[in-house]
Amino acid sequence: MTAATATAAATSSATGSTAGARIGVVTFPGSLDDGDAARAVRLVGAEPVALWHGDEDLRGVDAVVLPGGFSYGDYLRCGAIARFAPVMTSVIARAGEGMPVLGICNGFQVLCESHLLPGALIRNDHRRFVCVDQPLRIETGATAWTSAYTTGQQIVVPLKNGEGGYVADESTLDWLEGEGRVVARYLGDNPNGSYRAIAGVANERGNVVGLMPHPEHAVEELTGPSTDGLGFFTSVLQALVSSAASA
Amino acid sequence: MTDHGPDQGTDQGTDQGTDQATDQATDQATDPATDTVAHALNTPDLAQPHAALGLKDDEFARIRAILGRRPTSAELAMYSVMWSEHCSYKSSKIHLSQFSEKQSQDSRAALLVGIGENAGVVDIGHGWAVTFKAESHNHPSYVEPYQGAATGVGGIVRDIMSMGARPVAVMDSLRFGPADAPDTRRVLPGVVAGVGGYGNCLGLPNIGGEVVFDPSYAGNPLVNALCVGMLRHEDIKLAHASGAGNLVVLFGARTGGDGIGGVSVLASETFEAGSTRRPSKRPAVQVGDPFMEKVLIECCLEVFAADLVVGIQDLGGAGLSCATSELASNGDGGMHVWLDRVPLRDATLRPEEILMSESQERMCAVVEPARLEDFLAICDRWDVSATVIGEVNSSGRLTVEWHGEVIADVPPRTVAHEGPVYQRPVRRPAGQDTLVADGTDRLPRPSSAEDLRALVLRMAAAPNLAAKSWVTDQYDRYVGGNTVLAQPCDAGMVRVDEATGLGIALATDGNGRYTALDPYAGAQLALSEAYRNVAVSGARPLAVTDCLNFGSPEDPAVMWQFAEACRGLADGCLELGVPVTGGNVSFYNQTGNTAINPTPVVGVLGVIEDVSRRTPMAPAAGQVLLLLGETRDELDGSEWAHELHGHLGGSPPRPDLAAERRLAEALIAGSAEGIVAAAHDVSDGGLAQCLVEMALIGAIGLDVSLPPAGPPAFVALFAESVARVVVAVAPGRVESMMELCVAGGVPVARVGTVGGDALVVSGRFDSGAVEPGRFDPGAVDPGSFAIGLADLRAVSAATLPALFG
Repeated sequence: MTAATATAAATSSATGSTAGARIGVVTFPGSLDDGDAARAVRLVGAEPVALWHGDEDLRGVDAVVLPGGFSYGDYLRCGAIARFAPVMTSVIARAGEGMPVLGICNGFQVLCESHLLPGALIRNDHRRFVCVDQPLRIETGATAWTSAYTTGQQIVVPLKNGEGGYVADESTLDWLEGEGRVVARYLGDNPNGSYRAIAGVANERGNVVGLMPHPEHAVEELTGPSTDGLGFFTSVLQALVSSAASA
Repeated sequence: MTDHGPDQGTDQGTDQGTDQATDQATDQATDPATDTVAHALNTPDLAQPHAALGLKDDEFARIRAILGRRPTSAELAMYSVMWSEHCSYKSSKIHLSQFSEKQSQDSRAALLVGIGENAGVVDIGHGWAVTFKAESHNHPSYVEPYQGAATGVGGIVRDIMSMGARPVAVMDSLRFGPADAPDTRRVLPGVVAGVGGYGNCLGLPNIGGEVVFDPSYAGNPLVNALCVGMLRHEDIKLAHASGAGNLVVLFGARTGGDGIGGVSVLASETFEAGSTRRPSKRPAVQVGDPFMEKVLIECCLEVFAADLVVGIQDLGGAGLSCATSELASNGDGGMHVWLDRVPLRDATLRPEEILMSESQERMCAVVEPARLEDFLAICDRWDVSATVIGEVNSSGRLTVEWHGEVIADVPPRTVAHEGPVYQRPVRRPAGQDTLVADGTDRLPRPSSAEDLRALVLRMAAAPNLAAKSWVTDQYDRYVGGNTVLAQPCDAGMVRVDEATGLGIALATDGNGRYTALDPYAGAQLALSEAYRNVAVSGARPLAVTDCLNFGSPEDPAVMWQFAEACRGLADGCLELGVPVTGGNVSFYNQTGNTAINPTPVVGVLGVIEDVSRRTPMAPAAGQVLLLLGETRDELDGSEWAHELHGHLGGSPPRPDLAAERRLAEALIAGSAEGIVAAAHDVSDGGLAQCLVEMALIGAIGLDVSLPPAGPPAFVALFAESVARVVVAVAPGRVESMMELCVAGGVPVARVGTVGGDALVVSGRFDSGAVEPGRFDPGAVDPGSFAIGLADLRAVSAATLPALFG
């Protein structure tokens, strides 16, 4: 709590104007980490806004988090049904206009199914659900959600998934690497068989990021393995301030 | 305890029911007349298969006396399943009553709801209450490991919801046959995947539990799931159907033919002659859908928040029979049910089967007519199907209607609460004296530094002591963001209130070997360890739940074990001031005539005012290690005897509840005052394993000197004496901790420091093995041995992956 509050205070004082930021957190039936995402938003000093899967209204939010879980039971294929939820129509449209969108775990799967991000997430290569404290390397600070990190910075946040293996064809992977759109990579043993140990990717513009690990579970010393996850949320506040300044 | 669940009922049904149920088929076109109450009156002498349903002749006669006629098929089905051991507690009731009788006034004061409801509710202060309960799903998990374990989690979570609580965490206590047995490789991965596959989808962190291997569970694994939920005092809901005119709403999943079990015999004998078209091969083990459960949870919480229900009951074992009869029995009148309104997955289900079906993810609510529209709107928002299937009335009867005809008309209390009660014969087993006489003193004990070093490594790699991350890494421990402590810590801890830091801690423990040697002591030892584990975390133990896993109650030797264990647990709870709030009994855990080791699993709940004060398990460099408690030569039934010699005999460690209480006070004070930096209890595997685990979780070495005045090194390291904990304190706080212990009457010794990258143990070692009882301090040279952290980690981490992939 202390570290988180300190970070939030530091962020606020550095930017001076993040207090009004409204960040939406979508709840699909089967979402699990929506409360955690809302807490992370609150801890960095922004206002979490609950968004409902069945409602196209984004309630005037400045950014959106698609949280982890098992939307619609992950029936058919993870994220495949959520992609057609009314709320996603608006999220896809606004993402195209540059609104920051972060998809965590199931949210990442929804973003891939929505074609906002390339590639797909498949069952872990060892066929088991895995929940571990995962070391990551941030591969780019040039996205709306990672600017608070330096490129190459190592962090530890929880990873928990059954279908977290990131796959894409070779040319897509080369293209992503070439454009610096691999956001984070697993360090140490590959926990789920992701190609090139990719833990997260961004769209071309850098406003849409999909991440298999869970930064929202690393926001308090007391409950997480670290507070390394806060940076994703402070980053977006910075991005919102910058875009407001440039507008 | 009106607890229920599919465990033992399903088990009994599995053998006698499935083949007839699934292989025969019925033809609706030639369906004979339904067995109505009128039909029963007209055919008083119709032969009925009561014995095949598990009813004794005198029980059947009693049903006829209650009704004044023969029961209909539907009634027979309801009585048979509700009077089963699992639902009626007919063999255990007279022993379980001690849990209520032996409560002190003080301990009872914290109970907002005691034994008898779906789960007990405990006051934790600030307007918050906690409800928690454990339940077994042993037999289904042996037949079908994944679904058996998954639906075990689902069932206990619905029990917690039916109290009006939001479930906030789960734990699981798992016991399997030998780790290297081929069947364990079939059962364990499925059970673990099932616990994870279901629990992970509900958004409930899994914060702890146990994984134990013992040959006694080879043909009968134990899968005990525990759930804890939070609620405000004013939100407590009970399974009561009150108020004539109120509506009975069934909501959640549709009803199918899964888990019908033994009742199938009815359908086959009464209805199915010459029939051919029935879905076949329906599973005797229920199949779960965790997504449906997740939306059901959210739906229930919204319904509770809007205060839309008068009473609520989950559907578990015995399905609608149980839910309707318990709701009506607890209410103030009667109930009428239109059974043909129940939404079905399988249109060919007979009314008896609908009444018995154990289809998962269903709840039953009692709703005032004026609130029905709001209730249905919330269900609709979550896409949960909801159907009015009945109405509360003042008839004093539970009547069930099927397409305009009455097929059941019974006094609900006689079904739900006034089942048979047995005083089963109890006899101390003939072999008990021989077992107790066969202690470990004849076994060779290592005493040289080299042998003890090898033993520490061997024990660290033993399946029962090795790292369990292969299992626990398959469970989500983070979801919710309130998990303060989780496995492998002694207790799990979750934050209840973010504003105040109020939290709860939970631990489950059990030791079948100790209980086999001495059931009275064994139950108290399970309680002691769980109580201690909660105190180690800094929380104050408050209440108890139990899951009592035993063999057949028809075996007087098993019944003696059960009676002794209940007496021990009740006496122990009274002495520790922690009341039993509810629990579960699982009988018939045996293979052929051989029962499992009697295994009472005890869950203790504690409260901590500020979770930021919790005591972690990981020590840090520079801290000083203190051993609290007294070590005796207690190795009978120990992990050492089991792992090294496959030996079980003698007397277990002596429970010392007064010492546990003093120790807990010191730990709680040490935590609250910020003196204790880290702590870990000494239990299975003794001090050696405690040190190994502290070093591994802290990723730091420990330099330990066994007290010169203490017992021989082997005993000091591997004895399993109770009421002991190792604490780590900053050098400047050593005096304070010592004073706290001395003032509290807790023996304390400084045993080492934290630092380096090895576990170093110094003491008085011998150059070779000594004859037991011939220990000669004069012949011993001081010395030490060291084990590198990397070596320790390697052996501890390798065991389970090597066995299970």
